[in-house]
Amino acid sequence: MAELAAAIDLEAASASRRHFWSRFAIYGLLTVFAAIYLIPLLVVVFNSFREQAEIARDGLISLPKTFRLEAWTQAWSTYCIAGTCQGMQRNFLNSLWMTIPATIISTLLGAVNGYVLSKWRFRGSEVLFTLMLLGVFMPGQIALMPWAFVLGKLGLTNSTYGLILVHVVQGISFTTLFCRNYYVGIPDDLIKAARIDGAGFWRIFWKIMMPLSPPILIVTVIWQFTGIWNEYLFGVVFTSGQAQPITAALVALTASGTTARSYDVMSAAVLIGALPPLLIYLFGGKYFVRGLTQGAIK
Amino acid sequence: MSIHDLSVPIAVPARSWRDRLGSIVPILVLAPSLAASFVYVFVFTGWTLYLSLSDSTLLPSYGFAGLDNYVSLWSNRRWNIAYTNLFLFSGFYIVGSMAVGLLLAILIDQRVRGEAVWRTIFLYPLAVSFIVTGTVWSWLYNPADGIQALVRGLGWSDFSFALTSDRNHAIYAVIITGVWQSSGFAMALFLAGLRSVDPDLVKAAQIDGASVVRTYRKVILPTIAPIFLAVAVIQIQFAIKTFDLVAALTRGGPGISTTFPAIYVYDLMFQRGEIGEGAAAAVMMLAALAVVLVPYSLWVVWRRRAEAGNG
Repeated sequence: MAELAAAIDLEAASASRRHFWSRFAIYGLLTVFAAIYLIPLLVVVFNSFREQAEIARDGLISLPKTFRLEAWTQAWSTYCIAGTCQGMQRNFLNSLWMTIPATIISTLLGAVNGYVLSKWRFRGSEVLFTLMLLGVFMPGQIALMPWAFVLGKLGLTNSTYGLILVHVVQGISFTTLFCRNYYVGIPDDLIKAARIDGAGFWRIFWKIMMPLSPPILIVTVIWQFTGIWNEYLFGVVFTSGQAQPITAALVALTASGTTARSYDVMSAAVLIGALPPLLIYLFGGKYFVRGLTQGAIK
Repeated sequence: MSIHDLSVPIAVPARSWRDRLGSIVPILVLAPSLAASFVYVFVFTGWTLYLSLSDSTLLPSYGFAGLDNYVSLWSNRRWNIAYTNLFLFSGFYIVGSMAVGLLLAILIDQRVRGEAVWRTIFLYPLAVSFIVTGTVWSWLYNPADGIQALVRGLGWSDFSFALTSDRNHAIYAVIITGVWQSSGFAMALFLAGLRSVDPDLVKAAQIDGASVVRTYRKVILPTIAPIFLAVAVIQIQFAIKTFDLVAALTRGGPGISTTFPAIYVYDLMFQRGEIGEGAAAAVMMLAALAVVLVPYSLWVVWRRRAEAGNG
C-alpha cells in the first residue's frame, strides 16, 4: 500500500515537473520572439530621444542615457529633404489629406455597392461582382503607365487629388467585397418587409442597412486607412518633392544621407510616418485583425 | 437565389414612372464603380499589354513591335536576376513566415496568460509600412552601426552580419525582414484556424492517450490544411508585388543583387525611359500572379461546390 502511494507520488511529481518545464519552454520561446519583434521598435523609439553624439559613441542599439525632444521638432519642421528644409510636416499632412478622403469615399462606395450586390441583385450582378473582385489582385505595376496618362490628362499629376483618385478606384474592389460579404448575412426578409411598407432604395439603405453596418464599416475604414497611408509605389511615381506622401518622403530622407547619418532625426521621422497606423492598430486591434482575416480568406 | 424578385416591385399592379425609376436606381448607383473598376481592370491591363507589344521607349508610342520587348526582357541579365530573386525570396519567405507563424500560433494556443499582449506584439509590424520596416532594418543590418557592431562591442570581435553590403547575401536580408514583418499575419490566420477546430475531436484524441505533439500532427493540423494553402497563396501574392520593402531596405543593391520584378518595372518605366520593356515586365508579373491565383480560385470554387453537395 505504502509502496503504491509512493509510486503515485513519484508519478505525480514527474508529471508536474514535466508540466513545469513545458510551461517554461512555452513562455521562454514567446519571450524570445517578443524580443525579436519589439527590439527594432524600441531601437527607433530610444534613438529618437537620444543625442546623436551618444548614438555615434554607444552605437545604434543601446539603452538611452540622454533624453531630449529636439530630434522630433527637427524631423517635424526643420530637417532638410532634397534641398527643402521644412521637415516632414508637409508630407505628413499630404498623407493625411490623401488618406482621410480616399478612405471615406471608397468606404461609402463599397457600402452602397455591397448593398446593391447583396440586396438588389439583378440579372448578371454575380458576374459583375466577380469582375470587380479582379481589382483586388491587380498588381499596381500594371496600371502605372495608364494612370500616369489619365492623371496627366486630368491635370492631377503631382497632386494629392490625383492620389485620392487612384486610391479610391483601387479601393473599390476591397470595400465592395467586404461590405457585400457582410450584407449577405443580413436577412432579406427585413428588406422585403420594408419594401411592402413602401420604403424605397435609399430609405432602406439609411434606415435599415446603415444602423446595422458599424462592425463592417470600422473594419473597412481601418483596412483602407492603413493600406492607403502605408502605400508607396503610387506616391513615389505620381508625386515629387513637397507633394509626396510621407512614405515617399521617408525614403528620400534616409537616402539623402551623404554626410554622417543623423539617426536621431531619422528615427523621429520614421516614427512620425509610422504613428497613425500604429495608433489605429493599438486602439482598434480587434477590428484590424478581423479586417486582415476577412481580407485574406476570400 | 430568389432575391432576384426583389427588383420587381411587390404588389403594385400598374408600374408608374416612379416605380420604373426605382427599379433602375440600384443599377445607376452601381454604374460609376462598375465603370471605374472596368477601366481599372480591363482597359488598364489591355493598355499595358499593348504597350508591352509596342515600340515605346521614353514616351508611350503605339507602333507595333511584336514580342521585341519580351525578347529583350528575357535576354537581360538584370531581369534574370530579378526573376531568380523572386523565386528564392518567395520560397524562403513563405516557408519562413508560415513556420514562424504556426509556431507562434501553437504556442499561444497553449492557454497562455496575457494572450492578447503576445498577439499584439507579434502582429504590430503588419500595421507599419514596408517603408518603415525596411528603413529601420537597413540600419540594423548596417555593419558599422547595427547588429554586427553591437555583437562586436560585446566582445565577439570577428562576428559578421553584414548581409546588406554583400551581394551574395543581401537577398537573405530581404527574406529575414519580410518574415519578420509578415509572420504575425500568418500567426493570426493559423490561430483563427486552430480555434475553429472541433474541441470534441481534440478531446477524443486526448482520451485515446495521444500526446500534444501527436494531437497536433494527426488531428488538428490536417483539419486546418486549407488555411495553409490560403496563407501560402496570399504570401506568394505579396512576394510577387514586393517593391516597397526592397526600395527602403537595399534599393535593389548592392549592385543589382536584390533587384525584383517590381523594382525592374519601376526602374525601366520611370528612370530609364524603356516603357515598352517595363510594360513587358509588368505583364510578366501579372502572369506570375495568374499562375498562382487562377488554379487556387478554381480549387476554392470546386471545394465550395463539393461541400455544398455533401452538406
